[in-house]
Amino acid sequence: MLKIKDLKAGVEENQILKGLNLTIKAGEIHAIMGPNGSGKSTLSAVIAGNENYEVEEGSIEFEDEDLLDLSPEERAHKGVFLSFQYPVEIPGISVSNFIKTSINERRKALGIEKLSTPDLLKLMREKMELLSIQKGYLSRNMNEGFSGGEKKRNEIFQMAMLSPKLSILDETDSGLDIDALRIVANGVNKLKSKDNATIIITHYQRLLDYITPDYVHVLYNGRIIKSGGKELAHELESKGYDWITKEADKKWA
Amino acid sequence: MSEKKQLSEDILLEEVTSAEYKYGFTTKIESDTIPKGLTERVVRTISAKKNEPDWMLDYRLNAYNIWLKMDEPDWANVEYEKPNYQDVIYYSAPKQKPVLDSLDDLDPEMKKTFDKLGISIDEQNRLANVAVDIVMDSVSVATSFKKTLAEKGIIFCSISDAIKNHPELVKKYLSSVVPVRDNFFSALNSAVFSDGSFCYIPKGVKCPMELSTYFRINEAGTGQFERTLLIADEGSQVSYLEGCTAPMRDENQLHAAVVELVALDNADIKYSTVQNWYPGDKNGKGGVFNFVTKRGVCHKNAKISWTQVETGSAVTWKYPSCILKGDNSIGEFFSVAVTNNLQQADTGTKMIHLGKNTKSTIIAKGISAGKSNGNYRGLVSISKGATNSRNFSQCDSLLMGDKCGSHTFPYIEVRNKSSQVEHEATTSKVGEDQIFYCNQRGIGTEAAIALIVNGYCKDVLNQLPMEFAVEAQKLLEISLEGSVG
Repeated sequence: MLKIKDLKAGVEENQILKGLNLTIKAGEIHAIMGPNGSGKSTLSAVIAGNENYEVEEGSIEFEDEDLLDLSPEERAHKGVFLSFQYPVEIPGISVSNFIKTSINERRKALGIEKLSTPDLLKLMREKMELLSIQKGYLSRNMNEGFSGGEKKRNEIFQMAMLSPKLSILDETDSGLDIDALRIVANGVNKLKSKDNATIIITHYQRLLDYITPDYVHVLYNGRIIKSGGKELAHELESKGYDWITKEADKKWA
Repeated sequence: MSEKKQLSEDILLEEVTSAEYKYGFTTKIESDTIPKGLTERVVRTISAKKNEPDWMLDYRLNAYNIWLKMDEPDWANVEYEKPNYQDVIYYSAPKQKPVLDSLDDLDPEMKKTFDKLGISIDEQNRLANVAVDIVMDSVSVATSFKKTLAEKGIIFCSISDAIKNHPELVKKYLSSVVPVRDNFFSALNSAVFSDGSFCYIPKGVKCPMELSTYFRINEAGTGQFERTLLIADEGSQVSYLEGCTAPMRDENQLHAAVVELVALDNADIKYSTVQNWYPGDKNGKGGVFNFVTKRGVCHKNAKISWTQVETGSAVTWKYPSCILKGDNSIGEFFSVAVTNNLQQADTGTKMIHLGKNTKSTIIAKGISAGKSNGNYRGLVSISKGATNSRNFSQCDSLLMGDKCGSHTFPYIEVRNKSSQVEHEATTSKVGEDQIFYCNQRGIGTEAAIALIVNGYCKDVLNQLPMEFAVEAQKLLEISLEGSVG
């Protein structure tokens, strides 16, 4: 589904990703872990098409199509979803209005008829139940006055509503208490299918107690320096990153 | 900022300036126009053409003499070349049958104009339950729904008709809220106003439909000086909407209107404006000068609510105000003012608290894009006798790009100790992060801006009657097409 080849990207003169390779197939969950400043958030921003980041070299293919040629919204229309580390507020726009616009803009781009309001509400109710979201939530303004946990849950709710092919969860676990973490993880697990894929970007192993990844990658200094199965996450939890990063430092020195 | 980013921003800013003004067409209607310039003779001619009674002619001549001695104000934070008042045509009336009994008698060319404007004065409005009075250039050409309104005793007609048929009301209330000598433009308007709307709601009557006036400046080089007088008698209720457009022209067109509202005891007036005069081209050529005096007086327990969405005009100078004369009266002002390209606006409100326990609310939202300059200027004055009065003001500005400006000039005068005044102000930019967030959710940049702006204006748009809120939303979208910051 996603093929990243030798990706070099950064902000202005500052190269952050220094030749990253990653392949993800439908049905898989990949965890990308790494110490602060390793380039995790840059990777998610580049896949989503944030124009503040410049791609110098390499390619990203999504379902055999060059993703880098597409605008952020076109990528979204193709089924790329980013759960933001810091979701932004949009004052005066209700959650339901925002999601309605989001769904219908996508449908418009794909040449499908708008979703009718009853169908939309039905879908919303279903997904709210899935994520244990209370009534009254839909009429609140997008992220305005939301707690950290509410913001993250709102991201997962949008993911549930949009049913993307590829979801990137950027530090979704940060700022969540254990209950919220469980609800979010539960939601992600329920939304998993053989047709979609998920990238979980995280600093800690915590979220991986609830979502079992098929692969774990260690991102360090702009490159993936080690990949393995779910046991790698446990190893990192107990041993830290040093034992791998030192090796990498030697190799790329 | 990366080069690529800068480039895309430049392209988008370029697009703003090429966003076309939708209403830029003229209508070929034969019109009855008098020569340029303003003299006593012109004032007499206007009065004569309209077959006015002597008292009206005297009123005009008095106003003209006052105007001669006044200077054009220049305290507003706007820069423009002052119009040459001897180069303006003060009267232009579409030539046609003098009296219209039904809309079917309208000149077909004019009808086409209204269709282009999207205001079909017949079917659509019948469905929408809106009574429309249309002022084209200077003369009111059609008033729909007269019968339905007449059954309730409501008078809704052109001010010319009112002068002829209801002189006692006009004499009593004309200039009672905005005195002739109030300001340069009110004096000018009083001397030369050619038409406008008049409305009277009798005691205890709730007007069963929205009343609406549509203004359009058509003839080249004409000024539009319309006069609106709205009287809500004791315990009555009315909601009134005015919409404005003008064709694209190279020269600046002058619009100096006066609107007076009288809300007698326990009456309730809601006055909404959607203004989309031609703003001039991207180099600032052409466009309407909009110098308007709007004011209402509230008697005991009465309420006046001004709502306005303003996206047009090259220069705007306008402060819809409330004089809260009666005890327990309420004044409200909800405004969205958009400036783009080289537009300039100096607009706001005045809330004059005279009665006890009077309340006022001001919600002003400014949006500046392109190289425009938007100003909020507002006065909250609480007199000594206006004990236990309250005001809440909120003035927000939203900036797009880094070439526009926005200023807030609040004036607050409180002369007693039991009153309370609150003022909040914010300035924000449409954030790149907000736009990217929307983009990531599949919402393109244009739609994202529309969404963000709508959210920002929600408190004001919610005040508009439903169908006009939709219209206003569309207007905001058009005026801000491509303006990314």
